Amino acid sequence: MEKTNKLEAIASQVRRDLLRMIHARNSGHPGGSLGVTDLLVCLYFEIMEHNPKNFDMNGINQDLFFLSNGHTSAAWYSVLARAGYFPTEELGTFRAINSRLQGHPTTAEHLEGIRIASGSLGQGLSVACGAALAKKLNKDSKFVYCLMGDGEIEEGQVWEAALFAQARKIDNLIAFVDYNGQQIDGSIMSVIGLNKLREKWEAFNWIVLECNGNDMNDLIDTINMAKSLSGKGQSIAIIMKTEMGKGVDFMMGTHKWHGVAPNDEQLQNALSQLEETLGDY
Amino acid sequence: MTKYSYTEKKDTRSGFGAGLLEAGRKNENIVALCADLTGSLKMNEFQKEFPNRFFQAGIAEANMIGTAAGLTIGGKIPFAGTFAGFATGRVYDQIRQSVAYSNKNVKICASHAGLTLGEDGATHQILEDIGLMKMLPNMTVIVPCDYNQTKAATIAIADFKGPVYLRFGRPAVPNFTVPDQKFEIGKAQLLYEGTDLTILATGHMVWKAIEACEILAAKGIKAEVFNIHTIKPFDTETVLKSITKTKAMVCAEEHMLNGGLTDTAAQFSAMNFPVPIEAVAVFDTFGESGTPDALMEKYGLTAENIVKAAEKVLTRKA
Repeated sequence: MEKTNKLEAIASQVRRDLLRMIHARNSGHPGGSLGVTDLLVCLYFEIMEHNPKNFDMNGINQDLFFLSNGHTSAAWYSVLARAGYFPTEELGTFRAINSRLQGHPTTAEHLEGIRIASGSLGQGLSVACGAALAKKLNKDSKFVYCLMGDGEIEEGQVWEAALFAQARKIDNLIAFVDYNGQQIDGSIMSVIGLNKLREKWEAFNWIVLECNGNDMNDLIDTINMAKSLSGKGQSIAIIMKTEMGKGVDFMMGTHKWHGVAPNDEQLQNALSQLEETLGDY
Repeated sequence: MTKYSYTEKKDTRSGFGAGLLEAGRKNENIVALCADLTGSLKMNEFQKEFPNRFFQAGIAEANMIGTAAGLTIGGKIPFAGTFAGFATGRVYDQIRQSVAYSNKNVKICASHAGLTLGEDGATHQILEDIGLMKMLPNMTVIVPCDYNQTKAATIAIADFKGPVYLRFGRPAVPNFTVPDQKFEIGKAQLLYEGTDLTILATGHMVWKAIEACEILAAKGIKAEVFNIHTIKPFDTETVLKSITKTKAMVCAEEHMLNGGLTDTAAQFSAMNFPVPIEAVAVFDTFGESGTPDALMEKYGLTAENIVKAAEKVLTRKA
């Protein structure tokens, strides 16, 4: 209980950060970022073994995380800064000229914590497969995590990677699908549909778990369950139900806030719903 | 005048296979991936000797490129092989984001490039790949000319840190460069000194440029011939020195005029030391089925056409 309270407090600050970052540039993706905040906080502050103070690209003997749906960068940047990868003051440069915090994550600006560029969708799971294979070759027993959007997995490359992972028995890989049911043009169902999503991953011979991606307890239990199922020849997918815009009442339950920044008034309204727990940057 | 000769013809893809094996023996961080063309790419020996370091990707090139990028995170040096068309056009966005923009130490190994793939026809004969790859920041583009050089280039790029596009081919061609040569990335290889014009050739056209040079010499024309095995970075210093002397240039490549060696050389010349330029290349058309020799003949990629281009460029000299 105390543990989840602490994580939820961090998540509240991350939500404040990302909304202020997006508002400052009048540009960014608040909806998805708010939805994945709990997972990112859970991974970086509870689950992963990592070394924020001394970032190393190869990450030997560390858990690795790949954000494939790079448009939720604001949440990731805040989590990385709050975890100690780089100063929180830098969050204020998000999406501005000469910033290391590009609209979508990149290694080109040498921002600590980022190991691959993402933004063009569908590529992260392949990269995660490669990193997981490198860990096996290096006899490194740590995990590789990858987060994808639900709209993102409409990309064919994701299923190439899913097929490859089972063929090569990549069992040190845990992939999350952020199943918020929304994409730019509307609901997933109205755009193309992901019917039988669990069965799709199972048909690719993945172990599939489901959880509420906005519930810290459920996230911790499910990821620990996934870790206990690893190392047995199968990759693991966690279909994580989330709410786009989570934490801000007027942003929830709609795809409208996928790529729209809040105005001054909307920001104040949103911030009034989110406690400042660690001090704003 | 130096006389170049060869005792046998060999395919450049076999040079790649031999180089990969040798590089793999030297460095255990070298890994290889292939998209269901292991035999065609001559990667079998590596696969046999290092089964744990070889990853069959299946017919899924996009994932192969992404996986290769991921393998670098952990210190591996991945060589990802398939036919040139599938190694570039099919996966351009994957290379752009996960390899070039991310500046990953991935070696994209592209076989069966150009018309000399032969009978499979235009679907498989990519003539745009050099252009696609050289446009990407961070990418080095290498096109060796024969078996020995392809082997040396493969070993050299293993020791070079950064994304590389290595282009080679299917048919057996004269193997005239020395075995176990030192391959210098980015350095034009001088084959003949001359004063009347500069000939730049790359890949399979290098031997044809040598033949053309001999024909021109018999006519009293002294061509300075370079093997441009590295398209990017382009050896501007060497080329500038040569065209300042000769004041005329011919480029020869088994590639589309747009985007290829000619395009790089012409841009450089136009912006630094303008000289008349003629090209032996493919002019805005797709290929077709046929034997490699018949295709090279039909599309004009011959020593005779290099001679004609040289004679024409001389008439344009100021």
